[in-house]
Amino acid sequence: MASTATVAAPHHTHAAAHAEPTGLWSWITTVDHKRIGIMYGVTAFIFFLVGGIEALLIRIQLAVPNNDFVSADLYNQLFTVHALTMIFAALMPLTAAFFNYIMPLQIGARDVAFPRLNALSYWVYLFGVIFFNVGMFMKLGPNSGWFAYAPITTREFSPGLNMDFYVLGLQILGFSSILASLNFIVTIINMRAPGMRLMRMPIFTWMTLITAILIVTAMAVFTIAVTELMFDRIFGSAFYDIRKGADPLLWQHLFWMFGHPEVYILIVPIMGMVSEVLPTFSRKPLFGYNVMVFSGVLIGWLGWGVWSHHMFAVGMGPIADSFFALSTMLIGIPTGIKVFNWLGTMWGGSIRFTTAMLFAIAFIAMFTIGGISGVMHAAAPSDLQQTDTYFVVAHLHYVFFGGTVLGLWSGIYYWYPKITGRLMSERMGKAHFWLTLIGMNLTFFPMHWLGMLGMPRRVFTYADNMGFNETNLLISFGAFIIAAGTLIFAVNLVWSWKRGKVAGPNPWGAATLEWAMSSPPPVYNFARIPVVHSRMPLWEGDPTRDAGIPHGRTEEETEQVTLLGTKVGEVHDPDDTNRMSAHDLGIHLPPPSYWPVVTAAAISAIFIGLIFRRVDGWAHNLWLMLFVGVAGLVISIYAWAFEPGHSH
Amino acid sequence: MDHAHALDANAPHAAHAAHIDTSTGLDSRKMAFWGFIGSECLLFGSLIATYMAYKGRSIGGPQPHEGGWTTRAGHVAEHGIFNIPLTTFSTFILLMSSVAMVLALNYTQRGDRRRSALWLFLTAFGGSIFLGCQVYEFTEFYLEGMTLASNLFSSSFFTLTGFHGAHVTVGVIYLLTLAALAWKGKIPPEKSLNVEIAGLYWHFVDVIWIIIFPLVYLIR
Repeated sequence: MASTATVAAPHHTHAAAHAEPTGLWSWITTVDHKRIGIMYGVTAFIFFLVGGIEALLIRIQLAVPNNDFVSADLYNQLFTVHALTMIFAALMPLTAAFFNYIMPLQIGARDVAFPRLNALSYWVYLFGVIFFNVGMFMKLGPNSGWFAYAPITTREFSPGLNMDFYVLGLQILGFSSILASLNFIVTIINMRAPGMRLMRMPIFTWMTLITAILIVTAMAVFTIAVTELMFDRIFGSAFYDIRKGADPLLWQHLFWMFGHPEVYILIVPIMGMVSEVLPTFSRKPLFGYNVMVFSGVLIGWLGWGVWSHHMFAVGMGPIADSFFALSTMLIGIPTGIKVFNWLGTMWGGSIRFTTAMLFAIAFIAMFTIGGISGVMHAAAPSDLQQTDTYFVVAHLHYVFFGGTVLGLWSGIYYWYPKITGRLMSERMGKAHFWLTLIGMNLTFFPMHWLGMLGMPRRVFTYADNMGFNETNLLISFGAFIIAAGTLIFAVNLVWSWKRGKVAGPNPWGAATLEWAMSSPPPVYNFARIPVVHSRMPLWEGDPTRDAGIPHGRTEEETEQVTLLGTKVGEVHDPDDTNRMSAHDLGIHLPPPSYWPVVTAAAISAIFIGLIFRRVDGWAHNLWLMLFVGVAGLVISIYAWAFEPGHSH
Repeated sequence: MDHAHALDANAPHAAHAAHIDTSTGLDSRKMAFWGFIGSECLLFGSLIATYMAYKGRSIGGPQPHEGGWTTRAGHVAEHGIFNIPLTTFSTFILLMSSVAMVLALNYTQRGDRRRSALWLFLTAFGGSIFLGCQVYEFTEFYLEGMTLASNLFSSSFFTLTGFHGAHVTVGVIYLLTLAALAWKGKIPPEKSLNVEIAGLYWHFVDVIWIIIFPLVYLIR
């Protein structure tokens, strides 16, 4: 068997030559995974900025003691909506953007398994987050913390519409995530190019699979928890009604059974991204690929058995506490394995410190700090001291910001040239990196000692004489440094779209299949589905690499990276497929469809109707939208099933 | 396999939609459906867990197996609210409808459109009888004074069995649609996967009921 990989010949010209439809309508009706990925990414980044503004408002309020910049109630809404926006509207969809755009390319697929379902997931997500943020703009945002502990959130104790926006909005978003994840699971298992065995899949694709399985299972539990709360709030059932004997722990168990896997839903994809970035910029294969895969599987599996460590303070008894303390500590093992393998990947490598690489390295360091404070929480007696203090806030931000966000930025700098055809500015990138790294440590590290001093979370202000003043001012200062870095990042994203350096198919000299095609890829991805013979198709048969010659140290030199023995950029494409449309190549692509957006609108109408059911006055009549939504849903399901040109 | 041969062998792939042949040989829709069923297991699992966690913890109001509670009419009930013979009957019908489903798939695969349509219809008919029994049961319960808000038992019971009933309803509509299509000859044997997937759904809904029935109705 030949050791060379058969890959589609790379193209260095732009894909503009073939007649791809443009215009707003073509984006609304698109079923192309790449366009949907871009829409996910843009929407999620906008909501990242919204969540960031909410964080800045929180930090302005806390900058000085006894501040009255926002009221206590608005503060409650701000920290709740900050968490929900970041988790459900920004970070999860940003990972979904990469699942959509990159994963099918990495496995050599034409598209995802169900293109229309993919579009539906996006539209449901978009309408869901809009729905949810409308509440915030009316100062009716959820105000109970993102965990929404019942019975505090039942109608008796939260009479306003705030929590209705929570229960309905999160059901919509959960539905969207489950649909998208089913699609990804089937795509990964069933749509791989010939020869792409499971253990040849790029590590990012592996982590996508694990994340999708976690979403499909965990979100289902959450859906029921929220449905029960919705029934309590809207129809008056008794699930969380303590006067009728309800157990306040029911919600906590159901919520954290979802809530803890959710933490892994947010970090496992990032582990995959970083595991792509580090080998590329170290010019070395990933150290311990198999172990990385299985430790990822183990993290996903153990992630299901640790939820009650969020509940040590409720008094579950010594046996439950010990079990969950041990299982939590156990998760440190596969995570530690991953950290050491990343270090092993860089060890002895020919490292290029691009912005993507800097963010990946910073990810390892910052995530490890967050992981270590996580193990501190795992010890139940120690956790009791830390519960509800800023120590926990510090921990979770080191995991989510130092982990998820830094890793996502690494992934964006890495894959941006594939998506747009242009490199992001490295100069702005470095400024972004250093401001973000310094800013986040100024912001989140002092929270550790604030928490140890006993500053409680989720309280809108603090007294003057507690010794919290200087540290809080420093933290607020750090938050604005992060904001400055993010602003540079946003400018970089927009500026580089048209003005960045033209990237070519494989600007970094990376090893996986997505780099074998032009940037941006043609609508049909691969003119010819590649046959895969190894885990790193583009590094096979690379003579300079086989000779052990480190190369590709600078961007300029990457032009010299060889691919199948020929210099990148000089590969001759015999068919000149880049100029050919899908039709000329005889490739069947599913036609655009407007039923996904119609279906999503119908689903949203149902939820809008349910909100107005609890409103007084004339607007109460709008609850009839419920029936409009149901009718629309039935019609669109049938139209969907019988739409010509799609497989059924 | 040499390099050129790999390309040749692969050439037909370019000419077809990528999902015609899959990595596992299993149709993507079927695999997605199994994934969906996995997610549904967690949904029903959470509802069943809620019911079991609240079993016997209701304060006042109708009870499933014990008497001593006050009905809407003001009488003190002598026994629990469940009508076990009725539910046993509807359970039997639902299970038998799964047999009809198997026969429907069998005839679809053989290309017998009339029998395929007939058995699809009978499957839906069995589901409808089950639903009729559930509507009757819920109405009786309501008349005896049990509402969604009565107590922990009523909330978790109505939500769990109502959720299952909603699944059966969707299944009945699904099967009737397929029966009409089969009757028109639009489900030839090569498209029998459409019936097979409906069968997966129907059997799943049955299996869930097999779990719910003893846990909710039979165990005291």
